[in-house]
Parts: sequence; structure tokens; C-alpha cells
Amino acid sequence: MTTTVLAAHGLVKRFGGITATDHVNLSLQLGARHALIGPNGAGKTTLINLLTGVLPPTEGRIELLGEDISHLPSHARVARGLVRTFQINQLFASMTPLQTLAMVVSQRRGLGARWWQRLGQDAAVVARCEELLALFRLTEVMHQNTAALPYGKRRLLEMAIALACEPKVLLLDEPVAGVPAGEREELLQTVAALPADVSVLLIEHDMDLVFEFADRITVLVNGVVLTEGTPEVIANDPQVKAVYLGHGEEVRA
Amino acid sequence: MMDARTQLLSPTHWRWYESLLWIGVFALPALLPSHSLIINEIAIVALFAVSLDLVLGYTGIVTLGHAAFLGFGAYCAALFAKFIHPDPLLGLIVGILAATLLGALCSVTILRGSDLTRLMVTLGVALLLLELANKLDWLTGGSDGLQGVVMGPLLGRFEFDLYGQTAAWYSLSVLLLLFGLARRWVHSPWGATLIAVRDNPLRAAAIGISVPSRLAMVYTLAASVAGAAGALLAQTTGFASLDVFALERSADAVLMLVIGGVGWLYGGVLGAVVFKLMHDIISSITPQYWTFWMGLFLVMLMLIGRERLSPSHWLKKTKGDQA
Repeated sequence: MTTTVLAAHGLVKRFGGITATDHVNLSLQLGARHALIGPNGAGKTTLINLLTGVLPPTEGRIELLGEDISHLPSHARVARGLVRTFQINQLFASMTPLQTLAMVVSQRRGLGARWWQRLGQDAAVVARCEELLALFRLTEVMHQNTAALPYGKRRLLEMAIALACEPKVLLLDEPVAGVPAGEREELLQTVAALPADVSVLLIEHDMDLVFEFADRITVLVNGVVLTEGTPEVIANDPQVKAVYLGHGEEVRA
Repeated sequence: MMDARTQLLSPTHWRWYESLLWIGVFALPALLPSHSLIINEIAIVALFAVSLDLVLGYTGIVTLGHAAFLGFGAYCAALFAKFIHPDPLLGLIVGILAATLLGALCSVTILRGSDLTRLMVTLGVALLLLELANKLDWLTGGSDGLQGVVMGPLLGRFEFDLYGQTAAWYSLSVLLLLFGLARRWVHSPWGATLIAVRDNPLRAAAIGISVPSRLAMVYTLAASVAGAAGALLAQTTGFASLDVFALERSADAVLMLVIGGVGWLYGGVLGAVVFKLMHDIISSITPQYWTFWMGLFLVMLMLIGRERLSPSHWLKKTKGDQA
């Protein structure tokens, strides 16, 4: 028995005359490692923005754990366990990684409106921060200013923030984009080490990562779902090869 | 390396030199009784600047109309003293509550839009109130100001004297109290979410923070503090005039923050001291042209950089990045 944690039904988004997302159906199973691939301009980021509530859908419905969340604002979806990372780092420049995570963990635990407490007063929050810092290899830079961190570390912080939100469903938008080769391995390991009970939707251009990571792949072209299947099926699909992977090229599965 | 908890808590600790500083400040009206009036005035504008720092420095809400709350607090406290009860503390509470209410109401206007929209909307609200106070002259005295405000003794014992000693201690006490509160706010989990909203509203929403509710809360709270400053102003001068709503009031507070440093509570206090003293000293030398020197100072400050010009930088350096 599989449980669907996140489902999109007939999702449509039009910008004027352009249909960026065209009747997309997508479902994510509990504990899934699901990848969303597609050429540039396929509408991957639009889809993520629809799922997370940054953009309102023109048509269609989004369900999280059986609840209709189509009209909830972003922050309310996060509170229900739908969390994302960004393709371009979205960090808090004036805070240190430690302060950032302490703030996020406090917020997640419902302490974010407490103006009478001190940040760091709650020992459980601090313990969780230390755990996350270690998990994302940020312990040695936790007191440094975020703006001054090396790019790879900032990328790790980007993911640590998302995990600090205790997601049930995690949308990873190109986690290794722009990361130099030297810092890549560290990042890939943390992606592989994400908790098994967190369902992950990975948007990625890097085919090595996709085929290594995913147990299911959806191919998006021009806002339409072209096909969906296991990595083997996708790798051998002639249609996919034609539009995305290039003609006649063998893909490692 | 410091452990995580110590590091997180370190900015919230009250340092020994801060106690020393405040003791020194409280001794001033006794040491320089003839300067009590200016000390009182500085304490009030410092409180106003601290209030502005909460919205502008910590949350990144650009405003040129913060005087709306200062003025509203001032008029409400003055009217309360004149028509209902002369007790200063009751009046202070009335001023705070009135400004809080107005802040909550006005917070709706700053939830959406860009910095420029906020700048215009906040400016508009202050102008609206200015014109209202002007028009309702049967109540507010119009352009003559609200006169004949006579305050009762503080705590039933300390009369407001002509030199303003009582007034100075009263204002300094309220400043210290609200400064301490504001300090608790900005170092709380809630304060950290405000900084998150300032740094990156997109990500703030993506980690579950309701950005509009944060903006509304901090705007309302800052309005309360500004209302307290307004009430103090009306009570200690026995007067409320239209200029409390004026654009200059709001703009001066922004200048004070720029001088002292935004996003740092002592920045507002320091800025108020520097600004007021410069105003006082320069205008006693050249009453007509003091704004020229003020302007020159600001241009230099911006071009050279506050960091290299003011002692606050060296203070900050030894302290780390605190309070």
C-alpha cells in the first residue's frame, strides 16, 4: 500500500496568452525520491511555485496529505509540511548559520511569535540546531556571517534551512546548481542522506544525480507532462531521448 | 570556539559598562541642572528613534511618517491631561494605547507594495493627521497648538519644575524601560523572524513565517513606543503643537538612525544625542544657517562612512555585534 502525500490535479497556469503549466497531474508517494526533469523553459520552476503557493493556479487543485491546499498562502503550506529549497540561494545575509537555524527551528516549533523569550533560551531548539549544523557540515562555520560563506556552504545552508522546517514533503530546486566540483561531493552526500520518511521531489538538470537519486521520474516539456516512470523506463523512452536527452545517446541508468 | 547556546545568548546580556553608561546618564540632570531641558528633549527623541529602528532598522519597513504616532500620542496625552485627569503616568498610558490603536489600524497600509509605496503611504497618513489636528481647532487649538496643559505631580509627589529636572528623569526612566523592552524583543525568536523578513521576505514566507502578520505586529508595537515618546513630549512641555506631526519630525528620526546606525538599538540613542547636540551647538553659533552645517555633516558621513567617522564603530568592534 502506498500513500500519496502530495498530489496535483489538472494544474494550469497561464501568464496572459502563455500556458506555462498545462493540466499537470503529479503524485508523490510517501518516502518517494521523485525527480522532475525537462529542458529549459519546460515550466519546472513555475510548477514548484504553484505547489508552494508563490503563484496562484489558474485552474486545478493541489492536495497535501489529502487536504486541499490550493488556496493556502505559502507560510500555511510550510506549517503543514510542504517545504522547498531555491535554485538561487535565498538566505538571511545578516545572520550567522547558527542564528538562522535557531530562528527557523524556533519558528517551526511555534516559538516564532515569542517576543519575551531569548533566542537560544530553549535548550531543545539549540540541540536541534547543533544536530542540523553537524548533518550539513556547517559546524565549523556556524558563527560566520552567512554572506561571507563559500558558495558550497551557502548551498548546504539553503538545504539545512529547509530541513529545519521538518518537512513531510521537500521540493529541491536544483540543489547542486553552480556548485564547484570540489564542494559537490559534500552536497551530494547530504542529499543522499536526507531522512527516508521525507518525500522528496527533485528538480535537476544533472542527469547523473537524477538517475542515481530518483526511484521515479516525471518528464515535463512545454508545461505538459510528457511521461512518467521508473528511471529505466525513462532512460529508454525514445520520446524522452528525442526531446531532452538528445538523439541516439546512451544514458546511464 | 564558543558553544552554540552561549553564542546565541551573548547579545542579550546586559554588560557592566552599559549599567555604568545609564547611571552616568541618570546623573546628568543632577550634575547639569541648567541643561535638564535639552536632556529631556534628547531622551524623548532617542525613544522616538529607537521606535523607528524597530520598523526601519530591524524589519526594513521604509517610512517617512513615523511622526503620526508621535503626534497622536502627544495630542491624546495632552487632551487627557487637560480634560480628564492630570496624572502623568495615566496620561502616558493613554498616549501609548491611543498610538497602539492607530498603529494597528495603519499597519494595514504597509502590508503590500514596494518601499516607495510605503514611503508615500506613511507620509500621507502623517499629513492627514496633521491636517485633522489643524482643522479640529475647537478640540486641538488648531495652528495655535493645544495650550494650558497642566500636569499633576509625578507619582503624586514630584512636581514638574521649571528647570525640567523632574521631566528629564521622567523621560529618561521611560526611555530606559522601553529600551530594555525593545532589547528583549529584538533578541527574541520573534525579533529574529523580523530580521528574516527584512533580509529576505521570500524565504521568510518559505519557512512558514506569515510576513504580513510580522509587519503588522512590529508596526503596531513601534507605534506604541512612538506614542510614549509623544506623550512624554506633550507632558513635559505642557504643550502639543502641529509640528509633532510634521515631516521634519519623521525625517529627523531617520537622520538620527543614519547617524547612529540602523538595526542597533543604541544607534537610535547615539544618533539622537549627536543630532540634538549638533543642532543645539551649531544653532547657537549661527541660528540661521545651522542646517548648512548639518547638511555638510550628513554628506561627509555618507561619503566617508559612519564606520570610519564615529566612535560607535570602535565601541561595536570591541563588543562584537550586539544590542
